[in-house]
Amino acid sequence: MHAVSVRTVPKIVDLTTAVGELVHDGATVALEGVDQLVPYAAAHEIVRLRRRRLTLVRTASDQLTDQLVGAGCVDTLVFSHIAGPDGRPPARFLDALGHDWPAALRIEEHTHPAMAARYAAGAARVPFAVLRDTGTDLPQHTPTVATVRCPFTGSAVTAVAALVPDVTVVHAQRADRRGNVELRGPVGLQSDAVHAARASIVTVEEIVDDLEPAPGAVVVPGSVVTAVVAAPGGAAPSRVHGFYERDDAALQEWADVSADRDRLGTWLDALGGTS
Amino acid sequence: MSVPTAEEIMTLVAARAVRDRQVCLVGDGLPAAAAHLARRLHAPTAVVVHESGAVDVRLRDDDPLTDSTVADRALTHLALGVLYEQWLQAGRVDLGFLGGAPGAQLDRYANIGSTVVGEYDEPTERLPGAGAAAEIAAWSGETVIVVRHRLRGFVEQVDFVTAVGHGTGPLDRGLLGLRGRGPARVITDLGVLEPDPQTAELVLTAVHPGVDVEQVRAETGWDLQVAPEVVTTPEPTDTELAALRTLHPAGTEESS
Repeated sequence: MHAVSVRTVPKIVDLTTAVGELVHDGATVALEGVDQLVPYAAAHEIVRLRRRRLTLVRTASDQLTDQLVGAGCVDTLVFSHIAGPDGRPPARFLDALGHDWPAALRIEEHTHPAMAARYAAGAARVPFAVLRDTGTDLPQHTPTVATVRCPFTGSAVTAVAALVPDVTVVHAQRADRRGNVELRGPVGLQSDAVHAARASIVTVEEIVDDLEPAPGAVVVPGSVVTAVVAAPGGAAPSRVHGFYERDDAALQEWADVSADRDRLGTWLDALGGTS
Repeated sequence: MSVPTAEEIMTLVAARAVRDRQVCLVGDGLPAAAAHLARRLHAPTAVVVHESGAVDVRLRDDDPLTDSTVADRALTHLALGVLYEQWLQAGRVDLGFLGGAPGAQLDRYANIGSTVVGEYDEPTERLPGAGAAAEIAAWSGETVIVVRHRLRGFVEQVDFVTAVGHGTGPLDRGLLGLRGRGPARVITDLGVLEPDPQTAELVLTAVHPGVDVEQVRAETGWDLQVAPEVVTTPEPTDTELAALRTLHPAGTEESS
């Protein structure tokens, strides 16, 4: 396992600088946020900068995953659920998986609890996590799951490999100037995903002089954050508790784009991400 | 009060499965509506835990069910790792709801396939995948499955076991080391199926108003056993429907 490296003071930078310096071709990049606080602005910057051959880790995969796959950024997807607004896997994902368009897509499939456990093990820099068995067929297809014996009782448990992304990207409500980050409302597994990674980018709605976290908020200390980016609206069209609601019309609009390779091309041109 | 929709009937029947003081784990949409409806009707102290990590969500009487009200009325928000390990895996969830992903399969032992139809590597249909369904099915005290009843999805045996119900018979959950009773009932838009206590195979025990047994058998891909006395689901009362419709008033954004 890689040890946790000595960290420099987190930098407040612009999005292009953060993504440009920390998201490299071929990297393992986690973009997390389950239904809410979805880091769309950062994902679109990855598309604009034409990053390629990424291993994308996105537990609750959705339209963000679909956009990165459709844009040709992703070579392997690590996930445990993938659905668009109609509850079905979105079209760009299906096209890549079934027809190798725009490129072949490999998948590494888990369950949500297994992904959370993998991040926790990665954050703790231990090689694997253990879970009770569930009887699901997934371990037959996913090499990072195995059955092992408890060394103390001999009982069978499920082991899942630790996950250490090269960089984790999340969106949060706010940060202070030292890079301390506050997440509120449903907090997903973002804190574990940040602690698991070698580097992290946090986009925020606002940067304040002094953080005054709400009761129950999750605070990610600046010492585990590599870069903070002011990106108001950076999780739209998903929801940000205390800032804005989910934009169903925009999500449906993407579903329509996703359904059609030509419309995808137009969307990419508009985003400035075609090569 | 206008005639209830199939979705409303399913929600009401699912709500009746919630008992007072139970800790219920719900996903967005119908299961969340059922649990919050139960709190308004007959289970005021049921503890509703959302899959988002929102714990003990106590909606007020006039609150609609939205992402915003759920987040605001939660006692606390757990990180998902904590929810999965220290609540679900630890056995703190009494009743877990499992929904039917579009295109998902359900078989005669209430196993769920929501990963693929066909072979994993060459599927005839790729489905959304597990989410937390495998663990909810394996670790809850009991589960209730809510799913539309269509021949395509009600199959003899699922192609891919995403979540284990009763496996291949009454002993399987114990042999696999799974917790709890497993699926206690399957609520569909046509009726209710419950596992036979001896064989663990699903048996039709109730049909909804206006549905006949043959219609249910025609939408089931195995030789569906029928209980000696199939009851008809009681018509929703005006009180039930009114309570449900305050959760989903026209014009509010529903959790989906």
